[in-house]
Amino acid sequence: MLVLENIQARYGAITALRGISINVQEGELVALIGVNGAGKTTTLSTIAGIMRPVQGTITFQGTSLVGRSPEVITRMGLAMVPESRDIFGSLTVEENLRLGAFVRNNNLEYRQDLKDIFGLFPILEERFNQLGGTLSGGEQQQLAIARALMSHPKLLMLDEPSLGLAPTLVDQIFELIATLHKRGVTILLVEQNVVRALDIADRVYLLNTGQVEMSGNPGQLRAHGDIEGIYLGTKKRQATKESKS
Amino acid sequence: MITLDFLISAISLGSLYALIALGLVIVYGILKLVNFAYGELIMIAGYTLFVLSGFSSLAWLIMAIVAVIAAMATSYMTELVAFRPVRTKSLTAMLITSFAVSTLLQNAAVLIISPRARPVPLPEVFDQSVHIFGADVPVRNILIIVSTVLLLALFTLLLRKTVLGMALRAASDNFRMTRMLGVSANLVISVAFVISGFFAGVASLFWVGRAASVTPTIGGAPLLIAFVATVIGGMRSLEGAVVGGYVYGIVYSLLSLLLPQYLLDYREAFMFLIVILILLFRPEGLIRANVTPERVG
Repeated sequence: MLVLENIQARYGAITALRGISINVQEGELVALIGVNGAGKTTTLSTIAGIMRPVQGTITFQGTSLVGRSPEVITRMGLAMVPESRDIFGSLTVEENLRLGAFVRNNNLEYRQDLKDIFGLFPILEERFNQLGGTLSGGEQQQLAIARALMSHPKLLMLDEPSLGLAPTLVDQIFELIATLHKRGVTILLVEQNVVRALDIADRVYLLNTGQVEMSGNPGQLRAHGDIEGIYLGTKKRQATKESKS
Repeated sequence: MITLDFLISAISLGSLYALIALGLVIVYGILKLVNFAYGELIMIAGYTLFVLSGFSSLAWLIMAIVAVIAAMATSYMTELVAFRPVRTKSLTAMLITSFAVSTLLQNAAVLIISPRARPVPLPEVFDQSVHIFGADVPVRNILIIVSTVLLLALFTLLLRKTVLGMALRAASDNFRMTRMLGVSANLVISVAFVISGFFAGVASLFWVGRAASVTPTIGGAPLLIAFVATVIGGMRSLEGAVVGGYVYGIVYSLLSLLLPQYLLDYREAFMFLIVILILLFRPEGLIRANVTPERVG
């Protein structure tokens, strides 16, 4: 469904991605894991059209995404929930959701979709007329995911959905992701919480300094034993981390 | 000392300034661009009135509608031809482009029409006044207030009740995220420029109506007023622009009333002194927006 081949991306002089190749099949839940700066968010930004790769190809259902604007890519069926959630704080929850359905532009379906969304996120029905900016972090995360779902995406990209949330909320968000996956939504998940990501993903890519260091199903990654060691990349990196803490 | 006709005249000046400021800030909110060519939209509407009255005998209202449409079309064209190509480059590039567009339009008016003032037609009601509670109130002032209130109500409805309006508000909140929901950047920006032209056009009808003439540099003063009003009210919100416009208009009227005769010429100096004081105590303007500034990339 989504294929990235040899993607390279730069922020000015800094190379953030050094030839990333990943793919996502329809109905899969694929997780990108790795430390800060590994290139996870940059990979998503490049897919979403926010960043332009300097090299490589991105194809979605056979169509190239490189050089297309974010709005066109969204209309093709990719929805992104950014790490910063980016709720419109001065708009109500309802207006946030209505804009999520912008690409569909169908009032009848919108009403039906709202009911579905309220089933998944009961809190949003309670907060329906409140300004987005008045929601708590967990509620904003739910709204961000709900807003993305309103467009009926073929592929949902979630960037660190558990970031900054209390442990009980993290459970809730991961349950929700699992539910969406069971419903058949194709998901590309960026996550720092490796244990959680391995629990729900079908396949995992471990990124390190802008490259895919390891990939496979969670069992294969776990088979490497020391997940924490894999996650941190090298023993040397691990040592540095320990000496710092 | 403060009479009814003074009040109405102060509020009407505030209304006019609010309209002018709103047109400037709608583009600023989304592009973070102070459009220095904004005053020229007021000029274009004025010259449209002048040209139409020279070549036709249309009713004033028809000419006025054409003038407003001309301002909207000019605003849209400047976005399409001048701003769109430099939009992704840098904010400085856009700012300089807006200076260029402003100069270009002014010089076009000088070359094509004349550097000197040209008369514009006014409807008869602009010269009439009505008696309200014993006061003589010019109809023009009442018209400004009524049209402003109507336009503000309509504009609020557009922003709150239509999906396009929500998209405009979302875009001034977070432009990138708005695009990531599938809203076209070009659409939102074009609409903002067209609305900006609309407010400039309507304001122009009343603005050129004061001197009954139009000159190539007529846009300078309203641009400054719009800028100061938005600074007073707060650049980040549309409400701020409206509040700033009213505060500016009403304070300015009060100064005209309260200052002794020999200081009247220094009204502007006093006005800016007050603006400085406001900014000292409320650097973000009277209305604070709840979102952090972000620029379109």
